[in-house]
Amino acid sequence: MNRALLPLIAFVVLVVFLGIGLTKDPRKLPSTFIGKTAPAFSLPQLYDLDKRFSPKDMLGKVWVLNVWASWCVSCRAEHHVLNNMIKNNKVNLIGLNYKDAVTDARDWLGRYGNPYQLSASDVEGLIGIEWGVYGVPETFVMDKKGIVRLKHTGPVTDKDVADEIIPMIKKLEKE
Amino acid sequence: MKKVAIILSFLFLLNPSTYAAVEVKQFKNPEHEKRYKALIIELRCVVCQNQNIAESNAALAKDLRKQVFKMINAGESDDDILEFMVTRYGDFVLYDPQFNSTTFLLWVGPFIIFIIGLYILVSFIRQRKTFVVAELSNEDKEKLKQLLENKEQTK
Repeated sequence: MNRALLPLIAFVVLVVFLGIGLTKDPRKLPSTFIGKTAPAFSLPQLYDLDKRFSPKDMLGKVWVLNVWASWCVSCRAEHHVLNNMIKNNKVNLIGLNYKDAVTDARDWLGRYGNPYQLSASDVEGLIGIEWGVYGVPETFVMDKKGIVRLKHTGPVTDKDVADEIIPMIKKLEKE
Repeated sequence: MKKVAIILSFLFLLNPSTYAAVEVKQFKNPEHEKRYKALIIELRCVVCQNQNIAESNAALAKDLRKQVFKMINAGESDDDILEFMVTRYGDFVLYDPQFNSTTFLLWVGPFIIFIIGLYILVSFIRQRKTFVVAELSNEDKEKLKQLLENKEQTK
């Protein structure tokens, strides 16, 4: 083989690897929770603060936890996607209202619609830490045993719902 | 002198660690404070990824500082606290990642590349040496000998 070609080949390999690196989003961290039991908590419900919600209430059901806040701009972008998802599919969607004032959160849902069966109110953001939340909105899908099977960081789009979330829910329903 | 002082004060402004993280925290003892300071430098802020949670002003960094403070006061060890963060945010939160199967290449990679480089260098140098020796054929040696002898004679 022509030795002069070696540097060129090394260069091309480097370019290919760096090129692949460019297509990846460094903000997306692999979730450490996939395959693990969803972190437990007990929080007051947004619309009935005397009642509490805990992930174990959902045992036996496939469910989705969506972390949202009224101050979060991308949550607003995502909101109509969730509304549509609920309209067109049977999904147990629970909200985790993250670092938000109760009144602000209620106003926000009043204005843009409430796709959630209920929202748990995490005013201090402590449960967010338990779930490793680092960028709202985040969406988790849990199976019937309460194990996290899918995590989506950032706003979900109609495409994400159709390609990722709904197929996963259908798969888990059959398990 | 005055100019130097002005430049220095601007340099301090540029250094983010001088103006972030100024919450007042009451530590039980100096040992706790030392551990707290070491830990928040070691932990990466996952929102603003090139800062640690000591430097970052992000809300999450503030919450995580609070969490570290709480755990130190609760008597948990440094390892417990780092473990807590890693189970939630992954190895990425550590500026000094642990050695395990996923971070294996990260730690060993540079040494592997160094050894490959060394191998290429050594084989290159060796090749060059044999090349020079091989060029001297018997005829050349003969010529060399003659030349040297001629030189001696002319002296």
